[in-house]
Amino acid sequence: MKAEDRLEERNPIEDLLRMDRIPHIWCPGCGIGTVVTSFAEALKKTDLDLDKVAVVSGIGCTGRVAGYIKLDSFHTTHGRAVAFATGLKLANPELKVVVFSGDGDLAGIGGNHLIHAARRNMDLVVICVNNFNYAMTGGQVAATTPLEANASTAPYGNFEFPFNLPFLMEAAGATYVARWTALHLRRVTMSIMEALQRKGFSFIEVITPCVTLYARRNRLGDGLNLLRYYYDNSEIQHGADTRQLDISFQGKIIVGKFVDKDKPTFLDAMNQHFTRVLGDDYQLYGRINHDRD
Amino acid sequence: MKKVKADPKGVLTGVHYLDGDYAIAEGALAAGCRFFAGYPITPSTETAERFAARIPKVGGVFIQMEDELGSIAALIGAAWGGKKAMTVTSGPGFSLMQENIGLACMMETPLVIANVQRGGPSTGLPTLAGQQDIMQARWGSHGDYEVIALAPDSPQECFDLTIEAFNLAETYRVPTFIMTDECVGHMHEKVVIPPAEEIEVVERKWYTGPKDKYLPYKLDKDGIPFMVKAGDGYRFHTTGLTHDERGYPVINAECQDWCVRHLCDKIRKNADKIIILEEDETDTAEVIVLSYGITSRVATRAVQKARDEGIKVGTLRLITVWPFAEKRIRELAPKVAAFVVPEINYGQIVFEVERCAAGQAKVIHVPHCGGWVHNPEDIYKAIKEAVK
Repeated sequence: MKAEDRLEERNPIEDLLRMDRIPHIWCPGCGIGTVVTSFAEALKKTDLDLDKVAVVSGIGCTGRVAGYIKLDSFHTTHGRAVAFATGLKLANPELKVVVFSGDGDLAGIGGNHLIHAARRNMDLVVICVNNFNYAMTGGQVAATTPLEANASTAPYGNFEFPFNLPFLMEAAGATYVARWTALHLRRVTMSIMEALQRKGFSFIEVITPCVTLYARRNRLGDGLNLLRYYYDNSEIQHGADTRQLDISFQGKIIVGKFVDKDKPTFLDAMNQHFTRVLGDDYQLYGRINHDRD
Repeated sequence: MKKVKADPKGVLTGVHYLDGDYAIAEGALAAGCRFFAGYPITPSTETAERFAARIPKVGGVFIQMEDELGSIAALIGAAWGGKKAMTVTSGPGFSLMQENIGLACMMETPLVIANVQRGGPSTGLPTLAGQQDIMQARWGSHGDYEVIALAPDSPQECFDLTIEAFNLAETYRVPTFIMTDECVGHMHEKVVIPPAEEIEVVERKWYTGPKDKYLPYKLDKDGIPFMVKAGDGYRFHTTGLTHDERGYPVINAECQDWCVRHLCDKIRKNADKIIILEEDETDTAEVIVLSYGITSRVATRAVQKARDEGIKVGTLRLITVWPFAEKRIRELAPKVAAFVVPEINYGQIVFEVERCAAGQAKVIHVPHCGGWVHNPEDIYKAIKEAVK
């Protein structure tokens, strides 16, 4: 009997997981796993050559994604996933490079790389799991923590204004921006598929519960309740004005696809520019061109 | 280690009049470097400028990153994307790179960083020379690790040693530094670039076995694991966490022992093969002037003056600063009265010399806090003191 015929339960995405590393470290009720499932589903639905897809993560709970995905995968340093991915993509342009990391890693310590990669329209897919706090280190306040929410380093509630990530990304130059909650499984999958199949800097924010820290400290119930709560409190507004997308404590979460536009990527712009100004002296980069090889 | 001839597209064969910074860029192109990520910083920027001007006609990528943290991270990514990659910086930028130098060591990533040193600490002396980052090159990132660092003393050596740096980085899968300084970086001299067929470059240690058998950190007979690049179908994983042969994180003392010993021993056990020294009259010397980089050229005048007076002075130049020439210093220490160690800092390599001399020879430091080179007279006085 072949392995695939056995009547045992198989995880339908296990060929995309490093099963020798399972069980994973995420808490019961955490939303990261559902985003990973959506990512895997999206990969299966595209016709991308999976040998040419690489995943780069930084540090933190979501930073562990790279360690579980069975693709070329890099678990880098805190905040530097986007910069690492930039080098990886430019060195081997045939790759589809996906940055999979958390809000603290991408928008806190790594914020500078995030906005500059968006500005350059670097051809990357960035999946940002936003759980409103630094979870791996024990629930500290983050650049995304809503006003008034409690965190271990904001024990009397947060008084710092948080980032509105879709607005930040659009302003910086991202050419695809979407936001969903972790329970919008099909929508997240669709957005990741769209991002994988287009060129340019794509940013997908997924609001997920951190049940062990953020939810417990703010008395928001268990993970399933909070998943449902975020979902029920969301409102789909495709094309919404990103200036209006702030998230307040347990307030309404506007979700949808906000930005989807064409602009030359860094490499396309580089090739077009140098071809124009240098003519035949330019060695076209990143495309098969036998005449010049 | 597989050596091949340099790709002629990157080799600007001929006799040139270049400064050290430009020579580093030419050395990198000759060595096959096709990816450069950098951030402007005096006195190193000319290397980035040269690379930016040259690479579109050679075939490759130059990207000016948003900061030095981004430069080094992009370099590591580019190396895993299959390119030979480098950056250039100076003290403040080198400080910012330290965390990811540790990542490059941990992931065993070949790459090259040139540090055109200026006076520090902090913003210090942006336009004036220093040799104050020598210990930082060795110890700057956290944890135990080893790197390779070379110290050119001329634009010609900037060219030659940049090729050597790439070859060492590829051979040992380790970040390799070119620790030059503002004087050498901005000094114009004749630089001879040979024809491509006379330049030997080391190819990456590519894995070629069956895909399902590949283990990213399984040590080969020579102690260096094979490498693959992203996109080749190996679906491998690598991490900055302590890891096993599979590249998977293993968080315990046993794996840490295996991992850290390997990262250090692959350099320590090959130190004799790596280290390049330049010696003159050391076998008959009563005093040895030990120096590196620009300081060795300044010392020449002092050595000559002392020799004219009949003092037996030898010179030892550290072309390779790290790993340190420990064995050679231990051999020489019982045979000489003293080592004189001039360096443009307030005491760095001198401590290594003291450690290796182990009390068998006097060690006289000639410090200089940066901003200019030594007055040769100060080195001469130290030689006189040594034989008193």
